[in-house]
Amino acid sequence: MNITALINALPGACAQGLIWGIMAIGVFITYKVLDIADLTVDGTMCTGGAVCVMLMLNGVNVWLALLCALIAGMLAGFVTGILHTVMGIPAILAGILTQLALYSINLRILGSSNQAISVRKYPLLLSLLHIPQAALITALFIAALIAILYWFFGTELGCSLRATGCNMAMARAQGINTSFTRVLGLMISNGIVALSSALFSQYQGFADINMGRGAIVIGLAAVIIGEVLFGKLFKNFALRLLAVALGAVLYYLVIQAVLWLGLNTDDLKLLTALVVAVFLSVPYLRSKYFRKGARGRA
Amino acid sequence: MLKIENIHKTFNPGTINEKKALCGVSLTLEDGDFVTVIGGNGAGKSTLLNAVAGVWPVDGGSVFIDGINLTPLPEHKRAKYIGRVFQDPMMGTAADMWIEENMALSARRGEKRTLRRGITAAERDTYKAALATLGLGLEERMTSKVGLLSGGQRQALTLLMASLRRPRLLLLDEHTAALDPKTAAKVLDATDRIVAQDKLTTIMITHNMKDAIAHGNRLIMMHEGRIILDIRGEEKSRLTVEALLRQFERASGEEFASDQALLS
Repeated sequence: MNITALINALPGACAQGLIWGIMAIGVFITYKVLDIADLTVDGTMCTGGAVCVMLMLNGVNVWLALLCALIAGMLAGFVTGILHTVMGIPAILAGILTQLALYSINLRILGSSNQAISVRKYPLLLSLLHIPQAALITALFIAALIAILYWFFGTELGCSLRATGCNMAMARAQGINTSFTRVLGLMISNGIVALSSALFSQYQGFADINMGRGAIVIGLAAVIIGEVLFGKLFKNFALRLLAVALGAVLYYLVIQAVLWLGLNTDDLKLLTALVVAVFLSVPYLRSKYFRKGARGRA
Repeated sequence: MLKIENIHKTFNPGTINEKKALCGVSLTLEDGDFVTVIGGNGAGKSTLLNAVAGVWPVDGGSVFIDGINLTPLPEHKRAKYIGRVFQDPMMGTAADMWIEENMALSARRGEKRTLRRGITAAERDTYKAALATLGLGLEERMTSKVGLLSGGQRQALTLLMASLRRPRLLLLDEHTAALDPKTAAKVLDATDRIVAQDKLTTIMITHNMKDAIAHGNRLIMMHEGRIILDIRGEEKSRLTVEALLRQFERASGEEFASDQALLS
């Protein structure tokens, strides 16, 4: 095992982690703020990239392409939101339906299962050929995103979203249209995920129909890692978002390390699922079987 | 001011669990009326409040406030007119949000939520003064999460929030039932003060007959989805628990079945 190989791989893992950090911030909004596990993101994590790459291949400006990717993601979130609130389908199932539908839509957008875009021919914002630059640009995106979200969740509308996720009965009693806030939250979340997808497809130089597979699990992993490691330290909302982004970076660093230790890439998703399952079950198991503190004092 | 006309509600219709919760309830409240509602379990007390608040659509009948027909409006639109405190202290507040954020949320009840600040500096001072009137020291904990408060503190806060923006109607659904007697008395005191101060039209459900007699200017007893007693003014002020029980037996033809109401 060659330690320099690992060290050489770390900057790339950081850049990739940062891009997925944006995605994880999107997941944070549904999973933590709105208290919905939204599986739409497995689809939107491809839609954003597909839209961005196809538009750029057709000569559209990169910023406009990013904006369109964002809007496409918000549309996907809107569909899930309508299925959930107007049609009364449980959120998790609504997300699965949209995700499945998006597979066909993504294929339609891409025209095939994979579309490459070369940084030499197109003015991409970031590329894995220029990793430090890619990491810097993504970090700037994250900073701007955190600033906007911090502002938004301090507004009347943002507060009503948080109240909806916290206590739906209370929110309605306070005159908040919880159907509207849930749809809005899903739109914001999926828009952010699609933006991350657009950046990621530029970074890797292609959009692929499978690039979103298991995205929700990676997003959750980042949210959980961020919370476990920085939860005690970061109480402020902006810092909690930062923790999520850092969680994604750490996730990719760990992945890089286990790959270096000889893990077969085919087993990666199994490992991710296991890690997330363990972390998700820890709070429950701890409260159920390890109530030492409570029992001791009582 | 509030007019409830012939409300019907059946839960799980057509199944083995079918429950006729409200069977044609009608009730008219004047401005400033403070009505206490008693009745055994399953009498339809909470169902009546939920029908007024619009938690679900009713099967028949209508609800008016100030002549406005609320019946077709969803819960969040009715909130403009109605302040509510629930039996469960967890239900009336957002536990993960600060005390002042919770208050700011209810101060905007019935208003459009825009991209203005969720809470302003001027508001904070108002809330601080309002919290101080509760005498619970909450004014020093404006940025504490509500989840850290005790049940009694949460109920007092919810009550304050319900009245921050003067509601046309205040609905109290056994809001002291989950509290210990001492705390319950405190919250009831605060209730009396807030209702009197803002001259709020109020419906208060209670399990406790003594409380039902001691508070408000009108008393309603429900049984099997109907209002079977309606006592007001002079007659109410002379009521005793014993007299109330006799009246109940006469009106319903049954013995009052809730131990909780007798023992407390």
